[in-house]
Amino acid sequence: MSNEKKNREERNEDKLLENFASRLSRKPRKWQACALSNLPDEIIKRAYEVGVVPEDSRAATYFQIDHSVISKAIQRTFQGQIEVMSTKEAMKKYDWFKKYWWRLISKDMDQFTRLAYLKWDHGYFIRILEDQKVTLPLQSCLFVFTDYLNQNVHNVVIAEPGSEAQIITGCAVHPNIHGGLHVGISEFYIKEDAKLTFTMIHAWNRNFDSRPRSAALIGDNATFVSNYLLFQPVKNLQMYPVAYCKGVNSRVEFNNIIYGSGDSHIDVGSKVILQNSEARGEIITRAIATDNAKIYARGLLQGEHEESRAHLECRGLLLSDRAMIYTIPELLAKAQGAELSHEAAVGKIAEEEIYYLMARGFSEKEAASLIVRGFMDVSIFGLPRDLEENIKRIVKATAERAL
Amino acid sequence: MTENILEINNLSVEVSGKIVLEDVNLKIAKGEVHVLFGPNGSGKSTLLMTIMGFPAYKVLSGEIIFKGRDITNLPINERVKLGINVAFQNPPAIRGVKLREIIGYWTSSIREIENLLKKVNFSPDLLDRDVNLGFSGGEIKKSEILQIMAQKGDFFMIDEPDSGVDVENLKIIGRAINDMLQDKSGLIITHQGYILRFINAHMAHVILQGTIVCSGSPTKILTQILTEGYGWCYKCPMRRKIEKRETKTNS
Repeated sequence: MSNEKKNREERNEDKLLENFASRLSRKPRKWQACALSNLPDEIIKRAYEVGVVPEDSRAATYFQIDHSVISKAIQRTFQGQIEVMSTKEAMKKYDWFKKYWWRLISKDMDQFTRLAYLKWDHGYFIRILEDQKVTLPLQSCLFVFTDYLNQNVHNVVIAEPGSEAQIITGCAVHPNIHGGLHVGISEFYIKEDAKLTFTMIHAWNRNFDSRPRSAALIGDNATFVSNYLLFQPVKNLQMYPVAYCKGVNSRVEFNNIIYGSGDSHIDVGSKVILQNSEARGEIITRAIATDNAKIYARGLLQGEHEESRAHLECRGLLLSDRAMIYTIPELLAKAQGAELSHEAAVGKIAEEEIYYLMARGFSEKEAASLIVRGFMDVSIFGLPRDLEENIKRIVKATAERAL
Repeated sequence: MTENILEINNLSVEVSGKIVLEDVNLKIAKGEVHVLFGPNGSGKSTLLMTIMGFPAYKVLSGEIIFKGRDITNLPINERVKLGINVAFQNPPAIRGVKLREIIGYWTSSIREIENLLKKVNFSPDLLDRDVNLGFSGGEIKKSEILQIMAQKGDFFMIDEPDSGVDVENLKIIGRAINDMLQDKSGLIITHQGYILRFINAHMAHVILQGTIVCSGSPTKILTQILTEGYGWCYKCPMRRKIEKRETKTNS
């Protein structure tokens, strides 16, 4: 690289950091490692809302508050099956870790990836060892406690060949904070014959910005299921995770349930890139917008192999005339024979559905609430029972609040 | 004197600006089951929807009295509470709303639900499916009957329970309806009358162009319709009497 170019880049980086530093803090207090039960109640309660439960109900737990790693515990039964640590620790521990670092996502993708590259605040490294079927879900929580904090995490998940696991990640902010920015870089490697289900639940607040940047590489006969759930307001959330179905018979499913309320600006999508024979992809998105929320629901299916197939389904429910849902499904075929399809529908609650339920005895409000709840149905996600029950409870409260 | 559970007096109804029911009069006594015949588009389902209180069916004149109470302006669910239940011919599919949740509104007893399922030979797996989504014709009919059985009302309206159902399922549905109607009242719409093999109906009515033109024995009327079609109804002296009355009013 020429000196001139290097200097120019450095100047740009300084400017970028100055820009963020002018409104965000990068000096939170340090937290000591401890058991989750020793954390303040309001943190435990908030973490529970994003699916995080006591350590003994999960195979492993990673918990980070601001820039401090609080917990990286693996239950005894699962020792030798999985590895859980901070990515900073993994970088020190393993020479090979660099092979998985900024490989699927370019650090130059945008200003947020640049920020995370320049200012990296841990993040989790989870590795499911070869042929290990982990019967209990693993969990991680990325928590923001300090007001107007900038938290940049970089996560790496590796599902080694033949392994199977389910990871639940909750990202949340303390109820009292006014604003801040979370940048989350996540790289997933699902190797041959492995299966990884990743469920992410966000609970930000109305003045908080979030920029997740995720990518997954899926090997031969491997499956990646990504579930994303958002029920709380957010100031501005933008993400467009991508899955590369690189292996023969590789599969990906993206399931997104997005509830936009308040003045939330939500721009969420999923991309599926089919690169080998029998590669399959599916994106299912349910978006509900109420109050003044604006939701952009994107989706891209890209067929690069003639024997690949993918489908995208996006349904939007508008509960307010001031809200907006903009669905943008895109199909890009680069090989003859790639089968790509999409269906999208946006509307209000159908009157005939309300009246049908009223003819079953429900009041108009109860009927509408039931329909909205049904719209956010998570029973097809195959979540652990405790998480499904927890989400159903959140969905019920959300539906009642919405109406 | 026999007590009427339902009494409809001079009912005229409009849908999207078009008059679809005109001067309908109907009385159903407590414990009686009536059948409603009529060609496509004659107003059969409209009458059911109006009795149920669907807002798109605007009552222009007349009244609907149920158990002695004027329900003409009551919302749908209030009518349900009074004991009116309806099984729809083409119910909407509702994504994410499970049949179990609807049944659960009326009963939480597992034993009771199992008994109801048995009566219509309905797979328990269907309870956890999205209501009516991807249901076969037979499953929709059974699901509708299952729901109104759970509602345990006093007056059941059933819209074409025998359409699109195979012989085996018709037998099951017919028996379940007959069982449900014991000591209860009902109004059943049927085209072909197959369901009448299983149900003891007391009275039949024929509706033509939004008006009830004929009432009498279910067997007699059905035989007449099956042999001569609704053309016979148009020739009926009763119909001519109505036409004469209409002409007089118009002039």
